Amino acid sequence: MRFGDRVLFEDLELAVGAGEFVAVLGPNGSGKTTLLRVLLGLTRLSSGGVEISGRAPKRGSHDVGYVPQQRAFDPDLPIRGRDLVRFGLDGHRRGLPIATAHSRGRVDAAIRSVGAEPYADAPIGLLSGGEQQRLRIAQALIGDPKVLLCDEPLLSLDLSQQQVVSELIDRRRREAGTAVVFVTHEINPILPYVDRVLYLVGGRWRVGTPAEVLTSEGLSELYGTDVDVLHVRGRIIVVGSDESAPTEPGGHHHHHDEHDHHDHHAHGS
Amino acid sequence: MISSIDLSQPFAQHALIAGSLVALICGLISPFVVTRGLAFAVHGTSELAFTGAAAGLLVSDNPIGGALAGALIVAVVIAGLGDRAQERDTAIGVVLAFGLGLGVLLLSYYHGFATAATNILFGNIFGVSNDQLLVLVLIGIGVALVMAVVYRPLLFASVDVDVATARGVPVRLLGLVFLIVLALTVTAAAQVVGTLLVLSLAITPAAAAQRWSRSPFLVTALAIVFALAAADGGILISLSSTIKPSVFVTFISFGIYLLSRLAGPLVARRRRRVVPDMVTHA
Repeated sequence: MRFGDRVLFEDLELAVGAGEFVAVLGPNGSGKTTLLRVLLGLTRLSSGGVEISGRAPKRGSHDVGYVPQQRAFDPDLPIRGRDLVRFGLDGHRRGLPIATAHSRGRVDAAIRSVGAEPYADAPIGLLSGGEQQRLRIAQALIGDPKVLLCDEPLLSLDLSQQQVVSELIDRRRREAGTAVVFVTHEINPILPYVDRVLYLVGGRWRVGTPAEVLTSEGLSELYGTDVDVLHVRGRIIVVGSDESAPTEPGGHHHHHDEHDHHDHHAHGS
Repeated sequence: MISSIDLSQPFAQHALIAGSLVALICGLISPFVVTRGLAFAVHGTSELAFTGAAAGLLVSDNPIGGALAGALIVAVVIAGLGDRAQERDTAIGVVLAFGLGLGVLLLSYYHGFATAATNILFGNIFGVSNDQLLVLVLIGIGVALVMAVVYRPLLFASVDVDVATARGVPVRLLGLVFLIVLALTVTAAAQVVGTLLVLSLAITPAAAAQRWSRSPFLVTALAIVFALAAADGGILISLSSTIKPSVFVTFISFGIYLLSRLAGPLVARRRRRVVPDMVTHA
């Protein structure tokens, strides 16, 4: 079986294969979010073309699953975990959300697949970030997508939660052959699973395995300034010589540095 | 006391039909008002429905037509203000104050029945004419139909706007549609409880319902039940007294809310089961 997933972006040619895990890295404003929007069918390319399993991206397509950042929900919000998952099945369709045996079965199966049964009926506003993101993955996978688009899904999760969520995504792509496009500031939690990295900096790009792309020479050329890539205890840390240079992967200065003391101290040295 | 109520009178029947219709659509939309943070928008819309009603009264002796026009204009303007809650609420506050002043000015030129002005503000369900009842029925059917069509994507867009957008839900369009539905509902509700007391049917039922369940469908069903209890209960009690029904509607509505507040939090706490995040399913 083969799904031909082809993505073109800013003179960029990239084909993501079934079951492949691609991390998209780059500073803010480098086009990571735009790339996701193109794949979601929300934004058109100014030139060039994109295909997801042979078709142009279409809004609401079941070929694509989307996992957003974790965010705070009001504790009083009358929405349970299973309602959130159900949105992934048919939330975009007109009508009343009347539960049928079929929809209930699909929702239950999706909840089971991420091990969220114990809190699936709890209000979403009372769940931890990790619990919420597990339900998010169930929500994204319920339509059996061929591609899973992840937009910083680990942001504001603690280290153990990051691990659980990354493992879930990895397991899915191995078992079901779902291609994963994972936008992140922080490569380290997903480093064990990533097949290839797409690194975007100001219209320039590099693509390849983490070992090929995340090198001092490669990133220095990409950023146009001296950049060091350090390997510390199995983690990758990118250090720039001036503040405008890289903050990723591993630098991560805008968000929850508390878990990344190494990276934090290494930056700017 | 209850036995003294005479329901064979057409005005009492009209009142109960109108009250039930209004309660139904208020209950239907009220969970969305709460979820979308539109409490102040409801208030603003109803205050400007007052301005519209005053204008309608003055120009053509037609307060309900004027109220409808005022509410719809405000709905479109609020939709244009976008999603930034703070900016939106500030703008509503600014326009609301001016609109009230304008309404009072318009009323000062009105030399018809003296009760007309208080009827707009506090409702006059026993004075509902056949024509008005027809308008209410049409509004009720329209709102119920639109809500039946947009319910699911509107819920998605209201609680999970990022993913709804990513899934191709027309978030902005749904926001506008809901504000128009809201304007129609507010206009209808103002006939029962008056423009000043619309919130007692458009917010309180959902606020109470949220204390009993976290299932969106059940919350909507409960909100409708609570709104019906308040509206019809208020009308029935008022029939055996000389006090306006709006008084009893707001009292019953608030009573249900208080009761729910006292009982509700237990529900939420019992349902919460703490599961450590470390549990993985290999």
